[in-house]
Amino acid sequence: MAKQYETVIGLEVHVELATKTKIFCSCSTEFGGTPNTHTCPVCTGMPGALPVLNRQVVEYAAAIGLAANCEITRVCKFDRKNYFYPDNPQNYQISQLYLPIAKNGYVEIDAGGTKKKIRIHEMHMEEDAGKLIHDEWDDTTLVDYNRSGVPLVEIVSEPDMHSSDEVTAYLEKLRTIIQYLGASDCKLQEGSMRVDVNLSVRETGMKEYRTRTEMKNLNSFKAIARAIEGERTRQIELLEAGKKVVQETRRWDDNKEASYAMRSKEDAKDYRYFPEPDLVPIVISEEWLERIRERQPQMRDEKIKRYKKEFDIPQYDAEIITSSRHMADIFEETSAICKKPKKVSNWLMVETMRLLKEYGMEPEEISFSPKNLAKLIQLTESGIINNSVAKAVFEKIFTDDVEPDRYVEEHKLGNVSDEGELLKVLQKVIAENPQAVVDYKGGKEKALGALVGQTMKAMKGKADPGMVHKKLRELL
Amino acid sequence: MDITSMTAAELGERIKNRELSAVEAVKAYLVQIDRLESDVHSFVTVDQEGALKRAREIQKKIDKEQLFGPLAGVPVAVKDNLCTKGMLTTCSSGMLENFSPAFTAEAVKKLENAGAVIIGKTNMDEFAMGSTTETSYFGVTRNPWNLKHVPGGSSGGSCAAVAAEECAFALGSDTGGSIRQPSSFCGVTGIKPTYGTVSRYGLIAYGSSLDQIGPVARDVTDCAVILEVIASHDPKDSTSMQRETYDFTSALVDDVKGMRIGIPQDYFTEGLDKEVERHIQHAAKVLEEKGAIVEEFDLSLVKYAIPAYYVIASAEAGSNLSRFDGVKYGYRTPEYEGLHSMYKKSRSEGFGAEVKRRIMLGSFVLSSGYYDAYYLKALKTKALIKQAFDKAFQKYDIILAPAAPTTAPKLGASLNDPLKMYLGDIYTVSVNLAGLPGISIPVGTDSKGLPVGMQIIGSCFDEVKLLRAAYAYEQTKIYERPNLVKKGQGEERALMEGGRENGKAV
Repeated sequence: MAKQYETVIGLEVHVELATKTKIFCSCSTEFGGTPNTHTCPVCTGMPGALPVLNRQVVEYAAAIGLAANCEITRVCKFDRKNYFYPDNPQNYQISQLYLPIAKNGYVEIDAGGTKKKIRIHEMHMEEDAGKLIHDEWDDTTLVDYNRSGVPLVEIVSEPDMHSSDEVTAYLEKLRTIIQYLGASDCKLQEGSMRVDVNLSVRETGMKEYRTRTEMKNLNSFKAIARAIEGERTRQIELLEAGKKVVQETRRWDDNKEASYAMRSKEDAKDYRYFPEPDLVPIVISEEWLERIRERQPQMRDEKIKRYKKEFDIPQYDAEIITSSRHMADIFEETSAICKKPKKVSNWLMVETMRLLKEYGMEPEEISFSPKNLAKLIQLTESGIINNSVAKAVFEKIFTDDVEPDRYVEEHKLGNVSDEGELLKVLQKVIAENPQAVVDYKGGKEKALGALVGQTMKAMKGKADPGMVHKKLRELL
Repeated sequence: MDITSMTAAELGERIKNRELSAVEAVKAYLVQIDRLESDVHSFVTVDQEGALKRAREIQKKIDKEQLFGPLAGVPVAVKDNLCTKGMLTTCSSGMLENFSPAFTAEAVKKLENAGAVIIGKTNMDEFAMGSTTETSYFGVTRNPWNLKHVPGGSSGGSCAAVAAEECAFALGSDTGGSIRQPSSFCGVTGIKPTYGTVSRYGLIAYGSSLDQIGPVARDVTDCAVILEVIASHDPKDSTSMQRETYDFTSALVDDVKGMRIGIPQDYFTEGLDKEVERHIQHAAKVLEEKGAIVEEFDLSLVKYAIPAYYVIASAEAGSNLSRFDGVKYGYRTPEYEGLHSMYKKSRSEGFGAEVKRRIMLGSFVLSSGYYDAYYLKALKTKALIKQAFDKAFQKYDIILAPAAPTTAPKLGASLNDPLKMYLGDIYTVSVNLAGLPGISIPVGTDSKGLPVGMQIIGSCFDEVKLLRAAYAYEQTKIYERPNLVKKGQGEERALMEGGRENGKAV
């Protein structure tokens, strides 16, 4: 019988922090500026320039550490990681090795219905490098230092994951936590979240770890899942063939669904880490830590529990709404104004999700204000507009954040409240549709629907369908 | 009026009183530079036109009474590892031969704001690595007291320029003695302040945890005046400290009664030149006669200071100098194939031998497997040395020592034996390791006619005591000038039009 293998996976996750300025200078962190415009002597490594730590980086990093149940290192330090590469203007990266800001944490994931803890070994702060642009035409390489000095945290997990599903669950969990903290948008495609996968396989039941490889260049959750499957298969094939897995860094090519070796342990660099002498140790006082703790928002898991309990929102809906803190905030603020959480939930779950999909947007990009959605709900609840009008108005709210009452008034979309006018129209519809009337009286309930439809059409949609229904019955 | 023989404070006072103008002062120094530079070679760059232009601007401000500080209109020379916007800053290295910074170092900016006129950039050991100013890519600087001897280093150009009266004062930097030792060799006064007193922003780093900028001048008063101008808490330098006070001139009182002075016995051992020893002992006696309580004691750990210093300084230097790679600025080899070849050739050709030696040493002590044995041990030694000084300062107000074991050696005598050159730093490096302030003041000349310097070491942020002792000693002595600058009748030459910048060769 063929041997059974277990995959062992640990992750190194780099996250770009959402600070306005860089980690060691006051240059903008904005993505996509003209090359080398967000630069200064510090982030281009000019002689004589010195780094000054951005305290917001420490706050974000400590907040992530706390949310991931880590111990916060109360006196932490930066170290220099020395290596030569043109994207790194000083030829050393300011990072943390000896005293990282957080360690020994965990996050809980849902792995196929069972809860599981993924331990976090440590988390450290560091600066990002610039970007190299290879000009094939000219056979030259250009450097853009706009990204140089953008703050990063690297989150290093223990090898606690065993499948791509667990990896995805872990990454989604980290992403949600970090997004909830407002510490990063965590976009894999744009590189604000970068994942390196350390993977080895071993025979099921084996205690020791076998040699692992490190996989880089993973730009989507799908690519990560494919790379894990690919690397697992590659390593098992090597073992089955009696060959050894070489400890090396590999680069995943998602188009070819294959990886190739970048460098092996033999030519691994000696980074000659040592304490960064240009920066003083960071002392995180009890008061500072307490302030960070107080500012921590309610996290997704607690929100789901609370929505179910307080608002009677189903689990599935609560999960969707809380998948983005922004959406959860909209839900909570709108509910607080209109006091109809279930209605709010419906608007988010159905129409909002539909429009997000239609426009290819992320929940983070929702730009309407809770007060306008609340007003729309009030307008429908009080029968001033009907549901189909409400849907049309909501589209305007979604795209332009219009004020619904003003919009309804300006476009004369309110229901006709004059009963006399409605009666006139109803009588006309009955007179013009004798067959439907006969059918209805003959017991065909459906025929009534047709009459309602005709009435709504004649009223240009500005009637309350429930009211039309009721009046028709009375008349017939 | 012999402008160039005045101290900076005297000159500043005369300018303030309209007895002479900033332009006249600059012109007088340019004449002196023109007269002596071919012999001494203190400068890498003399900015004649720029200096005259700045002097005119400053004189306008003085006339409008917008500038009235003690250094307004006073010409200064700046060590060439301090960035000066738009003015070449070479670190005396081929690597930065054509490097013109985009910003000015904070300490230099402080001087500019005070109205001092920068007349040029002084020669130094390449990237401040060396004790003789012989490792400069632009050629050696000679000691104004005897042109066959070195001026010391690495701030040899600054100290020689002050001794040769080519500037009223100068800025130097001191990582392991680079202000104090050349001050001693050139018979001038130089102070290395407590680590964190002067902003390092814009100082091209050698050993970041040890580097401090400080003044080199004719006397103790000048040093105190200049220090008051350049010392600051700078948010751009995380290691700069907010001091309780920036008042150094009120320390200038001729009174050492009851001051407790410790002399480390373990400094007075084999290797210390007998004549130097005699001068230091004599100076101690002078202070004792003025009422100080002088006592010998054991500092301990003396022999560990040099190895600890060279491990730490080289480790930091190796990393600090990695940015000089030919990619962004500085020297790039003309021919290369690919990135690695560009790095290798640019750095091999751009750096001199001593710099490469220290980069290799620094890389070695940080390499995996050696870190604990060398770098970490050196850090522990540094902490123990600091403790030893702390203990001494519980008992003594200041510590008195030689600045260097000998007077200035002959040109060429040190380079062939780097280890011997390193041992010459024995009395200065521990002060940097402990972050303490130290001053070197002239106490006489030896039988060869070369100056001897005495070092006074204070405890952290206690420059005041050190300045007071130095000032009190200085009152007993007349400032000695090298024969070179003693101008005979009619010897003075007129200012030559155009001046000149120093070439590479000497």
